[in-house]
Order: sequence, then structure tokens, then C-alpha cells
Amino acid sequence: MREVAVVSSAIHQVKALTLTTDVQLMVPLINEARDAVGLTQADIGFTCSGSSDFLAGQGFSFVQTLDAVGAFPPIAESHVEMDGAFALYEAWVKLQIGEVDIALVYSYGKSSPGSRRDVLAVQLDPYAVAPLWPDAHSVAALQARLLLESGAVTVEELAAIAVRSQRNAVGNPNALRASPDITVDDVLAGAVVADPLRASDLAAEADGGCVVVLAAGDRARDLCERPVWIRGIDHRIDAHGLGVRDLTLAASAALAAGKAAERAGFAADAVDVAELHAASTAQAHVLATAMGLGGTTSGNGVRIDPSGGSLAADTLMAAGLVRIAEAARWVSGGDADRALAHASSGPCLQQNMVCLLEGE
Amino acid sequence: MVTVGSVDPAPLRADLVIEYPFTRTTGPVVGAFMTGLRDGRIVGSRRADGRVFVPPAEVDPETGDAIVDMVEVSSAGVVETWTWVDPPRPGSPWEVPHGLALIRMDGADTPMLHGVLVDSVDDMATGMRVEAVWRDERVGHITDLVGFAPEGTDTKVELAAGETALTVGAAVAGEPVRSIRTPIRLEYDFIPSAAAQEYLRAYADKRILGNRSPVDGAVFVPPRGVDPRHGVEATEMVDLADTGHVGNFCVTHLPIPGRSDLPTPYVSAWIHLDGADIGFLGLVSGCDLDDVRIGMRVRAVWKPDDELGATAENVRYWEPTGEPDVPVEQAGNQAWSAKGSPDA
Repeated sequence: MREVAVVSSAIHQVKALTLTTDVQLMVPLINEARDAVGLTQADIGFTCSGSSDFLAGQGFSFVQTLDAVGAFPPIAESHVEMDGAFALYEAWVKLQIGEVDIALVYSYGKSSPGSRRDVLAVQLDPYAVAPLWPDAHSVAALQARLLLESGAVTVEELAAIAVRSQRNAVGNPNALRASPDITVDDVLAGAVVADPLRASDLAAEADGGCVVVLAAGDRARDLCERPVWIRGIDHRIDAHGLGVRDLTLAASAALAAGKAAERAGFAADAVDVAELHAASTAQAHVLATAMGLGGTTSGNGVRIDPSGGSLAADTLMAAGLVRIAEAARWVSGGDADRALAHASSGPCLQQNMVCLLEGE
Repeated sequence: MVTVGSVDPAPLRADLVIEYPFTRTTGPVVGAFMTGLRDGRIVGSRRADGRVFVPPAEVDPETGDAIVDMVEVSSAGVVETWTWVDPPRPGSPWEVPHGLALIRMDGADTPMLHGVLVDSVDDMATGMRVEAVWRDERVGHITDLVGFAPEGTDTKVELAAGETALTVGAAVAGEPVRSIRTPIRLEYDFIPSAAAQEYLRAYADKRILGNRSPVDGAVFVPPRGVDPRHGVEATEMVDLADTGHVGNFCVTHLPIPGRSDLPTPYVSAWIHLDGADIGFLGLVSGCDLDDVRIGMRVRAVWKPDDELGATAENVRYWEPTGEPDVPVEQAGNQAWSAKGSPDA
């Protein structure tokens, strides 16, 4: 395998990008990520993005967003209608092929103009499920109740996950929900909004974007002090139907973690930090268990969601790529040697990607 | 640099509604499920080891193997997990707060999603037994089921008379259901960017604004706040003339909805304003269609002053000025080559 590293990143997440277009959001972010390693678009061999036209309410909106890259003269690029983490996977494959040495990955989501929880119903089975318009909060609640009633976790433990996220998010300029001194009791005092979930159990909806620059081999070493090598990366998918899989497990997350670990040469729990892409506290618990990171709060010495995770700010289509960028920052900054970044797609953690990172 | 006075501080906004009026082919497996619903029965699919999927899976989700056969299961079952939806979601068939649950029918091995018709969240419980509540007139659609009610309560609840209920294709009794209507409607509160807000407001004063590139001075209209060639912000606004030339055109024979004042055929064209380096779309009128040509000089024909608003629709169309043509080799996009862009 070719060595491929994260060499630079940029993140911006806010509650609502009211007067800012996707293009205007991405221009400064893309320039920030390129400038940090002294690159121009002419140095970049492949550009890949992830976004959803459903959020913009406009077909082929991703084509307009290429304006932010400066795609003239024409560039080699691709797009996935998925979270940017999956665009990063495509770029990683492209770098493995060996035709290019540097790739730019970006993704963005501006869901505030619509009702995101209802738009997400459109991803469900269009025959027997979507016509009932189960919103994303309700679907998350169905999964959370199964988990609670299986005895795998308690309401207090879910509250502790919310507390962990909000406390870790303090100091993260891209977090929407942070509190240095919130307690489990504070969280439990909150109203139930989608029984059994409280607002604090549901990821804070954000608008925003993320950029990651990847480079291969010595090119990565030339560009930055401490390349963050992608030692293992894998993604797997479960069946789509909500009734045909055990929602208290994330079999595809466990499998992806195992495959990524095989390639990395170290286990998924042999990391210092882990960033999880979860829509709810219950999903964060399911993921940590599936990937062997241990229980709810402490883990096997693994610091889970040091940025606050997607619970603190969840930009649809970008939250997974943000996890990779955040995890890489812990490594590049020297606060961690190894990190796990997770991204997911589809209802109730249907598809899961695990990316194992290690510093130079 | 032009600044536009903030006469109205509230941002311009518009409802943006996306509708997908899909009719979906069911195929034999989902079709059997829908046919069953029409006939007041719940049907699942059985795989080789006897496991029964409800709603039916077309192939085994775990192995990819073909499904063996279709089987009817009970219309009563047990709630495996649930939540409470209050208020009911827009677009859903329910008009009152309701339970939403994964319900496993007796005889099925997988649960299906549907509503639970009780008055209060306090009436919901995992493990509760529920039975189907059917709509009187059924067409072969998931909403033929009004929902599920606690066994023995003889619940009657009417669904919202929404589009789903009213427009489902009329299935003929006895014939298998082959397609269903699944209309999707998504509503957005669309707020143009700051640059577009300025652009639209300027139209109310019969002014057309562009953005000047900080790289080479090229002017883009409409202004989008960026120079797309270089991927940099372009914040400088410039006033453009309401005269220009036709860079390219097309004779169109289809009417534009809402433009009864515009007889067909008409000419849509790329209008290259004096002072701008790219064209934008406009209509050409006020001359014979055969006279329209690349390089023809045109000017804006504005709506009467008392009809002006913050909209590009203020320019009704572009008419010939009668001036000499711009030579063909100089007509059209300039930003990409004529000004010697560093990338050209």
C-alpha cells in the first residue's frame, strides 16, 4: 500500500449560514487548507467532494460549489452524494492508484433552509416507510429505546455521554453545544422531545463545511511537520430496512473497524482518541461498543469525542469528514499518536467507515 | 465601489418547494404486499430457513438469496420499540399526536414501522399487543392501514385527507397492485446570499450590479461573491449599463409558465452587458426573430416604474438598439480569454 496522510484541514460549523452560499462558505475554507501547506489548485491532482442536493433543494448544486475551488483550467474531480468522509475514501483510492500525489477533499451541508429531520425521511424505504414520514428524531428514538430496554445502557449513561460531549466541546470554536460544568442531573432535567430522547441526546444540527488535504509518501513529509498517516480505512454497510437488523448493534461498524485494524497493524481500541459520527447518544454507545472502545464514558483508555463529536455540532454531509479532520488535528498537534475517526451514512448507522490514523 | 442603501433591512426570502410526484413500480414482491393491504391482509415473504419478513424483502437482506414464497401473517402483533410523535410531522398521514412503533406481526420474524393510535404517551408500552385499523376504502398503499390500536379497542381514526390518500392510483379489485403513488414534498425557506440580495434590490432602482474579480478585474453578472476561475472572494460591486450585445441565442417554441405576455416563438439569449465579462440569460424581443444574431446590440426594456420590485423580472426583455453590431469574433464571453486572464 502507498502511504497516504492528512496534511492539512479546515472546518467551519455554525447554527445557520443564513446569507452565505455554499460557494461563499467553501472559498475561505479551501484556501485556508491549501495555504496551510503552501499549495495552489494547480498542485492538486484530484479533487473530490461530498454533499446532498436535497439540502439545497436544488439539483446538481454541487456543480456550482466547484466555483469555490477555482476549477479553471479544468481539473480532475469527482463528487459523492454522501458525507465527505466517503469522498475522502475515493480520494484515498485515487492516491493508492498512484497517478496523483495530492488530493483535495471537501464537503458541506446547509440544512437550515429546510426541516432537516423531515427531509431525512426521504432516505427510508419509499414503499412502506417513507410515506409515513417518520422524522429522524423519531427513528433515532426507536433505536434508543431498543438499546435501553435491552439493558445495554441506562438513561443515566446516555446522559453521561451528553455530558462528555458538552464538556469536551468547550474550547472547540466549531461546536454549537458546549458547557464546562454541565452534569448528568442537568441533562436529565431536560424535557423528553422524542421519547425516550432529550434534546441533549440528539446531535446539534449545524450548517458548515470541512476541507482535508491528502498527500502521499515523501510529498506529505515535504508539506508538513507531522503527516497524519491513514494506516487503515474501511467502510461496510448493513441492510437498509430498520426491521431486518439488530439496531442495538452496528455490525458494519465492527467489521469496518476490524478490517481497518488489519491493514493498520494495530487494533481499533489501540488509539489515544476516537471521534464518532453519531446522531444520538444511543448511537455513540452502540458505536463505541461495536468498535471495542469500551463502555459509555471512560473507554479502554481511549478519549472519545475530544472535540465534542458530532453530538456537539452535526453538519449533515460533512460531520464524518469533520471527524477525520478533528482526529487528525489531535495527532498532528502532538496530543495523540494514534486516533480513530468514524463516519456513518444512512438511517440508524446503516453504513460505517473507520479510519485509523497515526502520526509520523 | 457601489453600496446599496439598506432600505429594507429584512433579507429577501422566498418559499422554495420541491415536489417529486413519483409513481413507483412495485414488482411482484412489494406488489403482493400492497395487494394484500388493499384486501385487508398483511403479507410477508419467507426465505429458505422459514424466516418471514414483513414488509416483505425482495431478496434475503443477509445472504442476497431469492425469497422462497409469500405468506400471509396476522394483522395483530406486538410493539417491539416505540416513540411518541407530538406534534405530528408535516407530510405524515396523522393529524393528531400518535405513537410510532416497530410492530412485529404474529407469524412474522421482523417488525414493520407504523403508527399506534392511542390518546397519550402514557398508553404506549413495549410489548403491548396491537391490531390493524383499516381504512374503509383501500387502494393498495401503506396508508390503507390507518395504524394499529390496542387489541380489542375497536378504534376508528380517520387519516388526514392528504394527497397520499386522495391520489393513489385506483387499483382494480382482484387485479394485483403494480404501482403506487408516493408523492414527496419538501419545503425550504430560501434566502439569497448577501451578494444576490444586493443584486436583486438594485433592480428596484433599474440598476444591474456585477462583481469585479480582485485578480484581473473581470466583471461577473449576476454577482455571486466569488471569482469562480480562481476560487477567491469577489466583494466589489460595480454598476453595469443596461445595454449590451447578444453573445448567443436560441429560438424557443415552448411557452414560459406565467408569461402570457410572451407569445411563442421567442428568443432567449446570452446578454453580454457593456462592462461585464460574462453573459447572463435574457429574452430578446422587439424585432423579427430572423433579425436576431450574434453581436446584435440590445438594451433593457424595463417594467413601468410603478411595477418595479426587487427582482430580475423588472427587465421584461431586451430590444435592438439599432447600433452597429459587435463583430462576431469579439462577441460572447470575454472573461475567459479576451482580457488575457493569467490562466488563459
